Amino acid sequence: MTDTKILAMGNEAIALGAIRAGVRMAAGYPGTPSTEILETIAKHNDGGIHVEWSVNEKAAMEVGAGAAYAGARTLVTMKQVGLNVASDPLMSLAYMGIKGGMVIVSADDPGPISSQTEQDTRTFAQFSKLPVFDPSSPEEAYEMIGEAFEFSEKYATPVLFRPTTRVCHACASITLLPYVELPEPEGFIKDTMRWVIFPRTSYLNHIKIEKRNAELADTLSDYPRNFVLNTDRTDGEKSMDRAVRRGVAASGISYAYTREVLPSGVPLLKISTPYPFPEKLAEEYLRGLDEVLVLEELDPMVERELLRVAGRHHLPVKIFGKLTGHTRNAGENSTESIRADLEKFLCGDDCAEENGQAGKGQIENEKSGAQGSEAPELPVRPPVLCAGCPHRASFYAVKKAMKGKKAVFSGDIGCYTLGNAQPLDMVDTCLCMGAGVTIAQGLHVVEPDTVNFAFIGDSTFFASGITGVVNAVYNGNDIVLVVLDNSTTAMTGHQPHPGTGKTIMGDVAARISIRKILEGIGVERIYETDPLQLESAVEAVKQAAEGSGVRTVIFKSPCIAVSKPQTRYEVRQEQCRKCKVCIRELGCPAIVTDGDLVRIDSSLCYGCGVCSSVCPFDAIGRAEAEGGEM
Amino acid sequence: MNRNCLLCGVGGQGVVLASRLIAYAAMEQGDFVRTTETIGMAQRGGSVVSHVRAGEEVHSPLIPAGGADVILAFEPGEAVRCLPYLKEGGLVITNSRIVKPVTASLGGSSYNGDEMLDYLEKKAGRVIVVDGDEICRMAGSPKVLNTALLGAAAKSGALGISMDEMLEAVRKNVKEKYIALNEKAMKLGGEQV
Repeated sequence: MTDTKILAMGNEAIALGAIRAGVRMAAGYPGTPSTEILETIAKHNDGGIHVEWSVNEKAAMEVGAGAAYAGARTLVTMKQVGLNVASDPLMSLAYMGIKGGMVIVSADDPGPISSQTEQDTRTFAQFSKLPVFDPSSPEEAYEMIGEAFEFSEKYATPVLFRPTTRVCHACASITLLPYVELPEPEGFIKDTMRWVIFPRTSYLNHIKIEKRNAELADTLSDYPRNFVLNTDRTDGEKSMDRAVRRGVAASGISYAYTREVLPSGVPLLKISTPYPFPEKLAEEYLRGLDEVLVLEELDPMVERELLRVAGRHHLPVKIFGKLTGHTRNAGENSTESIRADLEKFLCGDDCAEENGQAGKGQIENEKSGAQGSEAPELPVRPPVLCAGCPHRASFYAVKKAMKGKKAVFSGDIGCYTLGNAQPLDMVDTCLCMGAGVTIAQGLHVVEPDTVNFAFIGDSTFFASGITGVVNAVYNGNDIVLVVLDNSTTAMTGHQPHPGTGKTIMGDVAARISIRKILEGIGVERIYETDPLQLESAVEAVKQAAEGSGVRTVIFKSPCIAVSKPQTRYEVRQEQCRKCKVCIRELGCPAIVTDGDLVRIDSSLCYGCGVCSSVCPFDAIGRAEAEGGEM
Repeated sequence: MNRNCLLCGVGGQGVVLASRLIAYAAMEQGDFVRTTETIGMAQRGGSVVSHVRAGEEVHSPLIPAGGADVILAFEPGEAVRCLPYLKEGGLVITNSRIVKPVTASLGGSSYNGDEMLDYLEKKAGRVIVVDGDEICRMAGSPKVLNTALLGAAAKSGALGISMDEMLEAVRKNVKEKYIALNEKAMKLGGEQV
């Protein structure tokens, strides 16, 4: 049992590590790249863990805080922009502290690959004065999450845990460890000074927190995951042959990339707790070095801390990184980018002048790749709505209904952001979760002769759309709200939500009706229709576009991933005039040109049938011979 | 000794499962394994690249440029796209059929597979072209392209994983009712080498 090895994704490793550490409550909201953590806990739950998809990150944070107040080990998961939503409870919770260990996983997304921002949870940790753990591999994350729980409990404070996409979504061999035995949670003990936030308690707690974090900076210098590699510099060629003694510092996945390419003998400082910064360790490391290159993603967090330590102790060492232009200050790192950064840094005085330019041409160089100029032109594969996606039909219906009219389309966060792509071109604004509903109102105030649409998905509606609708009704703002109800949280991989009647554990739950919520708020005009029935869908939009106040169209049709495919469609070649209207109007990936012909790829078609409504020559119909299994 | 295999294709082709099977087989041999995927936002239709690395001195989940022993491509254009990852003289195993993206249909682009295969022949150390469509027809399912390509990879010897080890990976990781189908496809894939 002690040497069971499995291949686990970083998010699975975090989940298994949390279960092993005795987590009793796990709450979160889906968001790439964090989603699989909670799903894995649900999958391995023996019944002793309360696991929930909370309605949004703020709710998850507060539910988690309550459980931790009562002494249970608690895990809260979200992506980095979710931490913004949860920041209100988080900032106050940092002052109040907890009793049961509470670890908040906020997954960062350098790139960004599937996020709105390149914000850094490590900076958020510093801002909120909370300790943060920064794993550099799945196997490290597996063990580190348990240590984070211990730290949290020992210091009675929530701690942040921030993996990045390349840790969350990478798999590695993991050696499973035995379970931690814990007593039952003590329960909530009433104590006004401890659990009720007041200005006076916050002042006193602020003093305590500053003192604790100073102590933690010392303690964390002895934390084995903060360490220096290659301390024996006598075998170092590059660093010792030169008059200049050079070292490298790295954090997170950049540490793994650095290990791939760092020449032996160059001392490497690995930082696993960027805040509170392990100052003693850093000070010892910096003594005896002349130059240090910092390799990290997102904010120059470690770089700033090393500068601070060097300044405080009057160390004659130069710190290079994002602030000095030696490494890129946006986007994700790679083994290649770090190899280039290191080569420039370690080549010494010979190319000292070039050092200032380092990193600038890198991204361009990588993009062009090693293919050379004679490489054939490659097809671009931008993200598109799936074949059969009901959102395509919804957007098309609105587009058709509003043809020739002045309208602005505010989108939101979800698969339907892809409605911005050609040929639909139906998303004019997109900012953050729930913002479409409210931005549409502001736009309309300034241009009252415009019809302002706000598209929002079902999961996003529950997460943060409702407030915006209340705002519109209360203030008499005019919008057409279009709810794209596909019965799932599609973008992040089909999680259930309050409208689906199911929980993450697969239990049957109360199905909360979007229509009834809208009625309850006082929305009087609600049109509910199936977007795949194009004619009635267009008619509903036309009616909703008229008049004032909040008018709503609920487009109800399930995501293709949670529904069975219908009879496929085909192009009847004898009727097709090759006008390509179907391709130009819909941009469905299943409709392809094949030489001169237009065909429907039967392996992609889901049978939504919207193309048959669009064809002016009635040349698209259901395929007659249906064979084979799906 | 590190082994690096890069798999690439288009969302929905089964790239990720194939990478898991290679990882499983390498782990069974006692190696430390890392894998990861780079997948765009789309559920289907986007480029998918999966990295599988095995060996003791592997730190990054991503294969560095010029580091792949083998590129296993589910689509010839994607093989060309990933060619900078291939080691000098490395092996490319590719399916012959192209997948045309919607942008190509919209823009009337003349994307075709022959051009891609010619380019691969010129640039890679060795190229094995697998007629995935034919294997899927013979096996009786369009969903076995991934195991067909794995069969070719095992037979080529370039992964250090034998056909028997790869078949065992299928038996251990694929749903009971699909095992026979995938075994058949894997063997058919091997026959094309």
